[in-house]
Amino acid sequence: MNSGAQPTVVLSGDDIHRALTRIAHEILERNKGAADVLLLGIPTRGVPLAARLGTRILAAEGRPDSDLDQLVGTIDVTMYRDDLRRNPTRALEPTRIPASGLQEKVVVLVDDVLYSGRTVRAALDAVSEIGRPRAVQLAVLVDRGHRELPIRADFIGKNLPTSREERVSVQLTELDGTDAVVLS
Amino acid sequence: MRHLLSAADLSRAEAIEILDTAATMAATQSREIKKLPALRGRAVVNLFFEDSTRTRISFEAAAKRLSADVINFSAKGSSVSKGESLKDTAQTLQAMGADAVVIRHDASGAPQRLATSGWIDAPVINAGDGKHQHPTQALLDAYTIRRHLVADRTGAGLDGLRVAVVGDVLHSRVARSNVDLLHTLGAEVTLVAPPTLVPVGVETWPCQVCYDLDATLDEHTPDAVMMLRVQRERMSAAGGGFFPSAAEYSRRYGLDAARLSRLAEHTIVMHPGPMNRGLEISAQAADSPRSTVVEQVANGVAVRMAVLYLLLAGTDEGTHP
Repeated sequence: MNSGAQPTVVLSGDDIHRALTRIAHEILERNKGAADVLLLGIPTRGVPLAARLGTRILAAEGRPDSDLDQLVGTIDVTMYRDDLRRNPTRALEPTRIPASGLQEKVVVLVDDVLYSGRTVRAALDAVSEIGRPRAVQLAVLVDRGHRELPIRADFIGKNLPTSREERVSVQLTELDGTDAVVLS
Repeated sequence: MRHLLSAADLSRAEAIEILDTAATMAATQSREIKKLPALRGRAVVNLFFEDSTRTRISFEAAAKRLSADVINFSAKGSSVSKGESLKDTAQTLQAMGADAVVIRHDASGAPQRLATSGWIDAPVINAGDGKHQHPTQALLDAYTIRRHLVADRTGAGLDGLRVAVVGDVLHSRVARSNVDLLHTLGAEVTLVAPPTLVPVGVETWPCQVCYDLDATLDEHTPDAVMMLRVQRERMSAAGGGFFPSAAEYSRRYGLDAARLSRLAEHTIVMHPGPMNRGLEISAQAADSPRSTVVEQVANGVAVRMAVLYLLLAGTDEGTHP
């Protein structure tokens, strides 16, 4: 951790709100609607982010909120990680795939921070064992750089140049009681 | 948790973590591709000094579903039949690079010996030792009970549920493990057995003891009835003096159609297998819709996947707290 550095709020609640609204519309624009789109949140903070994107997409498409379960799911990538043996055992989170399955869908993976790219690599493995989507896209709230794998995001809330010593912490109302992205 | 030797060693939080992880594992087993990559490249040794089919293949299936390599070692026809000691066997496995050892032994305490003697570094999982413990069986039973009788399952124990464990308690490591674990999870356990099949010292166990099955079913109204196998191989031919005849045992302690019909609507009937149909459990009970016998086998794979995952996934030296 960067000793002596003050924590800075880099995205406020309103900023997060606007960024997610923009990403929702970008997803619709890129895929010409949401008919084949599935949003899969990566635990922990990708899950509420995927739900928020889903709500915005449904509103923009004029579909009822009850369709959220068909549009949004979660995918746990823990068992596909390449650093399983280097860290203490992680608890598993549930995986929930909408009833339509992944076959021939456009899967949009949703996570809070894109850093090394290793989580996304694990998610790609997890997706391929469940089905064969037509395409996989990636939406992240923050891209902080320092990629270790050839992976890039399709939809980005904010590009945040950081040093490796800094810490990016995403706080979401659903889990943390407040909406903010803090750099410390 | 470094080893899994006894159900009594598990705290409530650890036990619930295993059950929750097992639920996640079970959910992956309905996919087209059941295999998960979590233990790729790790070697799990099944070290079986006592005959077992279902426990061994259950552990084998669990390890393979997590992409581990499985080495089966059974005492029959091996170096053990030539007189090799447990120590030498353990050191051989260590030298071959075993990442986990699943051991079943007819001597109570053999897994503890293996885990604490320093012969081997790998985590040790007890798959049944003598008349002592069979922790993964207790975990799969608790998982089965929770699945059927607890509404909001994730993170929950078995608080307030009543479980009757009926039959050959004396020879049963399943009964011992279940009493420990079910008590830890908050269930009330009643052991039901003829006095000859109740072990000395049972009054120190965290459970009640009753000698009358009918009285237990009426007064205790259990939510789950767990029938134990009468372990004829540990008795002599005619029941070894533990009971006068198989017919009498069956009449007083068997779960027959009449007793089955007196159970509450939600009560489940469990049996660790293999069943002696007509002795401790009737065909009507074994095949009734409330029987979970077959489901217990499926749950066993999920629970063992959870145990292997939790013991093995994060064990590289140095980084583990």
